[in-house]
Amino acid sequence: MTPARMGGAERAYQEHWARLLALLTAELRDLDLAEESLQDAFAVAVDRWDRDGEPRNPAAWLLVTARRKAVDRLRRGAVAARRLPLLVVDDGPSSGSDIPDDRLRMAFTCCHPALAMPGRVALTLRYVGGLTTRQIARLFLVTETTMAARITRAKKKIAQAGIPYRVPSGAELPARLDGVLAVIYLIFTEAYAPAGGGRLVRDELAAEAIGLGHTLRELIPGDPEVAGLLALMTLHHARRDARTGPRGELVRLPDQDRSLWHHDEIETGLGLIHKSGARPGPYLTQAAIAAEHASAVRAEDTDWRSITLLYGELERLTGSAVVRLNRAVALAEAEGPAAGLALLDDLDAALPYHHLLPATRAELLRRLGRAEDALTQYGRALALVGNDAERAFLLSRRDELLEVPRTGK
Amino acid sequence: MKYMLLLWGDEKPWAEAGPEERERLYAEHGRFNELLASRDAARGGEELALSSSATTVRKRDGETLLTDGPFAETVEQLGGFYLVEAKDLDEALEFAKACPSDVVEVRPVVEYQG
Repeated sequence: MTPARMGGAERAYQEHWARLLALLTAELRDLDLAEESLQDAFAVAVDRWDRDGEPRNPAAWLLVTARRKAVDRLRRGAVAARRLPLLVVDDGPSSGSDIPDDRLRMAFTCCHPALAMPGRVALTLRYVGGLTTRQIARLFLVTETTMAARITRAKKKIAQAGIPYRVPSGAELPARLDGVLAVIYLIFTEAYAPAGGGRLVRDELAAEAIGLGHTLRELIPGDPEVAGLLALMTLHHARRDARTGPRGELVRLPDQDRSLWHHDEIETGLGLIHKSGARPGPYLTQAAIAAEHASAVRAEDTDWRSITLLYGELERLTGSAVVRLNRAVALAEAEGPAAGLALLDDLDAALPYHHLLPATRAELLRRLGRAEDALTQYGRALALVGNDAERAFLLSRRDELLEVPRTGK
Repeated sequence: MKYMLLLWGDEKPWAEAGPEERERLYAEHGRFNELLASRDAARGGEELALSSSATTVRKRDGETLLTDGPFAETVEQLGGFYLVEAKDLDEALEFAKACPSDVVEVRPVVEYQG
C-alpha cells in the first residue's frame, strides 16, 4: 500500500466523513446503518481510487456508494435483527448546496440534555468531530471497550427514547445551543484538568475542542456566543507552551514567558471577538477577559480595571460565586488588596468547600502584611484542596510565610 | 411515539391535604388534560390510590408471596400516570414540564413494528 493510495481516501475521510454521516443519518433515519454504509463506501474507495484514480467529486462518489451499500445491507436483512426504532427526523429544508450539511442536526442530537454528559461528550467527538472510538478512549484515559459501550448506550437511548434528529427551533433554540456550547467547552476544560494524561494527549483534546468550535462557527456563523466560545478556547490554548515549567509544574499567568505564547493564534482569537460585536454573553465576555491578558505585552501591562469591569459583567450574566472570586482578584490588582478582600466577604455561604476562597484570602492578607491571618487561611485552603499541584503550590506559599520569623532571628 | 409519564412524589402532603388543596391540584390536572386534548396527545391516565393500599405479588420457584405495601418502600412513590402521544422526546418532555407533579419520569412505550 503506497502512501498516495491511502492519501486520497484518507483526505476524503478527514474532509467529508462527518458531513456525509450526518446526511446519511437524516436519509436512513438510522445512525448505525449510516455509519456502517459509509464505512463500506470508504473501504471501496481505498481499494478503487488507487486503481481507477480519484473521482472528480469524491464526496458525491462516497455518498452514492454509501447509499447503495445501505440498500444492500437492508436487502440482506443484515440490520433487521438488531434494529432500533427509526430516528425521528424532521423534513426540514437542508441547505442548498450539492451535499447539504446536516452536521448541525447531528450536533444538537449528540448534545441533547436527555443524554448523560459523558455520553454527550463521546457522541459529539465521534459524530461531529469524526474521531474514532479508539482516539476518544485514549483522550479520556479509558479502554476502547469502555468508550465503545458508552457510545452504544447513548446511541440506543437516542433511538429508543425518540430524541429527534433536528435543529431545535424558536424559543427552544437558545437554551439548546447553550447546551451544545457547554459540551464543547467541557471537552476543552477537560483537556486542562490536572488529571494525568500528559501534555500531548491534553493538547490534542484541547485542539479537538477547538476544531469542534470551528465546525460550529462554520454552521452558525452569525452567533456571538459561538464566536465567543471559539475565541475563548483559542486564546487560552495559545498559552499552552508557557503554562507548565520544565518539571510539569503549573506556571501562573504573571510568571509565564510570553514569548512562548502562540501569537498568531492570539490574533485569530482577537479577530473573532472584534467581529462578533453584539450582545455579549458569558462566552464572549470570558473571551474578552482572556483577550485583555493576551494583549498585555508584559504582566504589569495588564489592564486590570477593564478586567474588573468584565468580571462584573460576567457576574451579572451568570450569578456565579466563582466569578465574584475572580472579580475580587482583579479588583485587588486594580485598586489594592483591601478592596479585593472586601469583595470576598459574603462568599462563604456560596463556596463553603472551595479551596480557592481561603487561598485567595490568604494571598490578599499576605499582601496587606497580615501574616498571622494569612496563615490561618492557608491552613483552611490546604484542608480543602483536592489536587496535588495546587496543594504543593499552597504549601510553598505558606512555608514562605513561616520562614520570615526564622530569618529574622 | 407513545410515552408514559410516571408521576412520582412524596405522598404525605397529598394524604394530608385539605379539601381546598385537593381542589386546587385537581384543577391543575384538569388544565393539563385540556392541554393534552388540545394537542390530540391524551391516550389515558389515572390517579393511583396511596401506596399503603398496594399489595405486591412476588413469584419465585413456583411459590407466590404476597406482601402488604408497594414494590419499593421509598419516600417517593408512583402516584399516577399519563399515557401521551408525542412526535418525539422533545414534545414528551414539554408535556412532562407542564404536568403538575414535582417528579415526572418519561418512558417511551415500546411499539412493535408490523
